[in-house]
Amino acid sequence: MNFKKTILLLLIAATTAAFSTKLIKGYKVGDTIEDFKLKNIDNEMVSLSDYTDAKGFVIIFTCNKCPYSVANEDRIIALDKKYSPLGFPVIAINPNDPKASRGDSFKDMKVRASEKGFTFPYLFDEGQKVYPKFGATKTPHVYIVSKKTMKVEYIGAIDNSSRNPGKVTEKYVEDVLDALLAGKKPIKTETRAIGCSIKVIK
Amino acid sequence: MIKIYIYVLFFVPLLFSCKKEAVKDAPKTVTSVKSYSYKELKPMLERQDGKTYVINFWATWCAPCVKELPAFEKLNKEYAAKNVEVILVSLDFPKQVEKRLLPFINKKNLQSKVILLDDVNEDAWIKEIDSAWSGAIPATLIYSSKGRKFYEQSFDYELLETELKTLL
Repeated sequence: MNFKKTILLLLIAATTAAFSTKLIKGYKVGDTIEDFKLKNIDNEMVSLSDYTDAKGFVIIFTCNKCPYSVANEDRIIALDKKYSPLGFPVIAINPNDPKASRGDSFKDMKVRASEKGFTFPYLFDEGQKVYPKFGATKTPHVYIVSKKTMKVEYIGAIDNSSRNPGKVTEKYVEDVLDALLAGKKPIKTETRAIGCSIKVIK
Repeated sequence: MIKIYIYVLFFVPLLFSCKKEAVKDAPKTVTSVKSYSYKELKPMLERQDGKTYVINFWATWCAPCVKELPAFEKLNKEYAAKNVEVILVSLDFPKQVEKRLLPFINKKNLQSKVILLDDVNEDAWIKEIDSAWSGAIPATLIYSSKGRKFYEQSFDYELLETELKTLL
């Protein structure tokens, strides 16, 4: 094989690799996540490592204005109330760039959290560094992580009826948490739901 | 027999509507949007009638969706004669059809066909519409006999036209 050919092959390999890694963005179920440090609405910095007693986390990318997020707020609060005492607190993160999404500033987050009486931290992804690591694409977007190995157990929706809580027939997140708490393997580990795209300045 | 039935179904309403249409010049007010389950919508996503379909998933509350609508409207107009049809599939909340969707359609005088997708089992139909769709909107499907492409992204007119041309 001559030199030119080798270079060409290397180039092809490099481009293919570049394209395929582009497709695999963010954490998948089974991956280990990195901890983060983000500012909470009470101005304190929050990391997952602060939660020494937790068994895991229900990390939810959500925001102030997206109607699908708003439609899920009561369900998010209910999840935290039920599962935080059992060791799986909700950690909400707003991934939007406030410059690209009116109503999503840190100040607005404080207002929304107090209006709704959020019982969980509501973190600001300043500089939008955390959501791309997760590969979150929309709000709301849920990631359940078990703590021992910081492993992703579930990615997706809260339940099977985001637009109408009255029509829910399957509670995905609760099913996963119940399984994990019972020491079982969750059955459904990936689901999808409609949501608002994460707002980025172009 | 079935054929006759179909003809009747088709033409009888036309008889009634013809007169109205001819008289009206001003933009007509849209007073209803047909609601579809995914099962009902599915045939519209896989027609094989020689046309190219541009299916846009959007909602009135989705700012980037609203921003890109004029591009789809323009495409619908410019390419109507070239056998292209734009269908705007709204994911608005069913409760807000009267309050938000209809006034929006009339205010913007939308000419493309608008329908509502109201089906709870999102997990199933999102994956079925495209295996790569995470569920974020705006999202667009373009298909013809030449192929099928799905985009979880925003469009401007130029980009939309470029993508359409690859399937014309």
